[in-house]
Amino acid sequence: MSSLLNTSRPPVFCPGCSHDRITHALDKAFLNLGFQGEDVVIVTDIGCSGLFDTFFNTHAFHGLHGRALTYATGLKMAHPELNVIVTMGDGGLGIGGAHILSACRRNLDLTLLVLNNFNFGMTGGQFSATTPLNALVGSGFLNRMERPIDVCQVASSAGAPYAKRFSSYAKNLVEEMENAIRFEGFSILDIWGICPGRYTKRNRLTPKTIEDTLAKMPSMKNPVPENLRKEYGRHYRELAAHQKPVQRPTTIERQFTPPEAGRKEVIILGSAGQRIITAGEILCLAGLAAGLQTTQKNEYNITVLRGHSITEVILSPEEIGYTGIERPDVVLALSQDGVERRRHIFENLDDQSLIILGKEIDLPPCNAEVHPIDFKALKIKPHDRALASLGILAKLSRIIHPDMLESAIKYKFRSAVLASAQDMVERAKIG
Amino acid sequence: MGFCLMEGNEAMAWGAVDSGCRFFAGYPITPATTIFNALLKLLPPLGGICLQGEDEIASIGYCLGASMGGLKVMTATSGPGISLYSEHISFAIGSEIPIVIVDVQRLGPSTGSATRGADGDIQFLRWGNSGGLPVIVLAPVDVKDCYSLTVEAFNLAEEFRCPVFIASNKEIAMTRENIDMDAFGIPRIIDRSSPPPGRPFIPFEVPSDSRTPYFLPIGGRTIVRQTSSTHGPDGYITTDSDEIAGIQDRLNTKLLSAVAEFSFHESFPEEDADTLLLAYGITGRAGRDAYNALKKSGKPVSLLILKTLWPVPEELIREKAGPVNRVVVVEMNLGQYVREIERILPDKKIDFLGRMDGKLITPRQIEEVVFDV
Repeated sequence: MSSLLNTSRPPVFCPGCSHDRITHALDKAFLNLGFQGEDVVIVTDIGCSGLFDTFFNTHAFHGLHGRALTYATGLKMAHPELNVIVTMGDGGLGIGGAHILSACRRNLDLTLLVLNNFNFGMTGGQFSATTPLNALVGSGFLNRMERPIDVCQVASSAGAPYAKRFSSYAKNLVEEMENAIRFEGFSILDIWGICPGRYTKRNRLTPKTIEDTLAKMPSMKNPVPENLRKEYGRHYRELAAHQKPVQRPTTIERQFTPPEAGRKEVIILGSAGQRIITAGEILCLAGLAAGLQTTQKNEYNITVLRGHSITEVILSPEEIGYTGIERPDVVLALSQDGVERRRHIFENLDDQSLIILGKEIDLPPCNAEVHPIDFKALKIKPHDRALASLGILAKLSRIIHPDMLESAIKYKFRSAVLASAQDMVERAKIG
Repeated sequence: MGFCLMEGNEAMAWGAVDSGCRFFAGYPITPATTIFNALLKLLPPLGGICLQGEDEIASIGYCLGASMGGLKVMTATSGPGISLYSEHISFAIGSEIPIVIVDVQRLGPSTGSATRGADGDIQFLRWGNSGGLPVIVLAPVDVKDCYSLTVEAFNLAEEFRCPVFIASNKEIAMTRENIDMDAFGIPRIIDRSSPPPGRPFIPFEVPSDSRTPYFLPIGGRTIVRQTSSTHGPDGYITTDSDEIAGIQDRLNTKLLSAVAEFSFHESFPEEDADTLLLAYGITGRAGRDAYNALKKSGKPVSLLILKTLWPVPEELIREKAGPVNRVVVVEMNLGQYVREIERILPDKKIDFLGRMDGKLITPRQIEEVVFDV
């Protein structure tokens, strides 16, 4: 077994940089764990910690600042057997905060080394999410107002089962890394170090002061007992194995002849929660059962149970181009909201057009044939009125007939829902 | 022969699965969410993976990792998400990571209108990356295209190791339509090509007969390097300006030189026409209706519906516009692709019809513009 260090690309850190110690410790940890280069991927982002992947003869993935955990997640899900080691600095920790929290919550088996040297080294020693309030940094006075975070406390409250902080100068550095890599689940190591190129030019920080400060930090148990749970990848595969395969969509063969020839257009004007879109779908399915081509274009707001809900259905023996409707053959006017939204269409209607109208709804003046329905008297609730109106349409033999509708309902619904839909269609009457 | 009823987003999910896609990650956003919904049902039982990222940046980041792990990957979002994808789109271009990215466009700018359609991202998809290198953008017209262009998108992503966008639109994605799934047959599938055995693997070395490097997955028995930094064939940073220029040129020409191989379109030439109607996406359908109506009324126009938008299929456009003096470009924005047409047809009269209010351009509007010379 030999070192995985890339002899043709030796580390290029500033003299005295603690990243150098971490590089060699990581190599020793790999060695002790018996890893070959192909057993490991080192995933890095930007900054001095982002150079790590080049120093090793392992798989390597170097990407954008703060996003290393995202690539690591994809890689680990694709290759559960691969040892995925992520390095980032305190800069990547800050910019990728959402990914840190998410990795802690998820508990995928990744090992994250945060090379925490309290500033942005490469860009001029600006302050990071871990810079002390009183440090002198490249961001002028700005760090004095932003409190540094304790990586491990944040991680453990977000659910990380393994979160440990220690010094780059710790005697058991290699052992700490081995333990974290061996841990099955997300492990995050907050490794404190010295940036001689920037930070310690203006701030006093030595292995001794690091050790002293760490000793005063709140102690943590590792693994974090309350966060111990199933590893995400394993859990995912367990749950995925129980998901039922999806059948390919079934084809509806032509069984009927439609009652009217040619292209027909229907607009259903309703409100959210009235099952307008479902009724439109049933109309489409009824059309397919008569060998017609069909489109269903919907319009509604982003709110779920408020506002208008409109569906436009075209049934045609020919291929359908434009999917909008300017002059419908049939309007199902089932809510005032819906009618108001499409007020302009009513003036286009002539006596060939049919409107099925909820009795309580005010309609703009128009020349269409109007059938007012007293849904309340028929004991048909608002969410059933669109379906019931299709029943009326079928009874009038306009666009669809009862057999087409029955076949569509049977295709769409099963058991109790089917029975209630059939009842609704039956119950709907004109006048 | 019978039909199924399906919306565009669902057809895309089936197209993805049939192309061999086994990894999807996305963040919920109307009108793209139903792609995620469909793949969450389809992928896990196939041994595939479907994840909901903590945000859009993460979602596409997972995809880039999984793609480098050797899986065929897809993500889907709308304009606000494409904005967040930007840094990873640049990564996928420069580091040649195959990925299919669906943009179900909605009315912008910004968060805009979640449930109204538009084709407002057409230049953004092309230029929304740092470095400005080309991308492939395909534009479906209907539910059938949502299936078949998704298959093409995966094949192109694999063949050229690049991001391929599908520029959909709420009006296709969430509109249900009849589709004959059996008519597609078993799709032709292209996989990224592995290097010939027996030689050391160099991650970005290009075979002599191609502009696209061979691929081996991270996690396999051969060590693979990937990096977002400017790199040489070995996958390490390079500062050699000749080498850099060579790589940029290769990334540029690998797509620009090949677009004739994937210039998807529908063409309806009319012999006596003096005007070519040019449209794409959902507007292509109104274009088809206008074309039919004008033909019936004895004032024929030619019609070209583009389904490959980027790289611009210049050869195809020049050929189809050859016989006419005038081109009317119709698109669901305030004038984006028309700029390309003006650029490549400087000798033609170019007219434009656009609309950006959440409503479809109607066939009648198109007829009016064509008549009103």
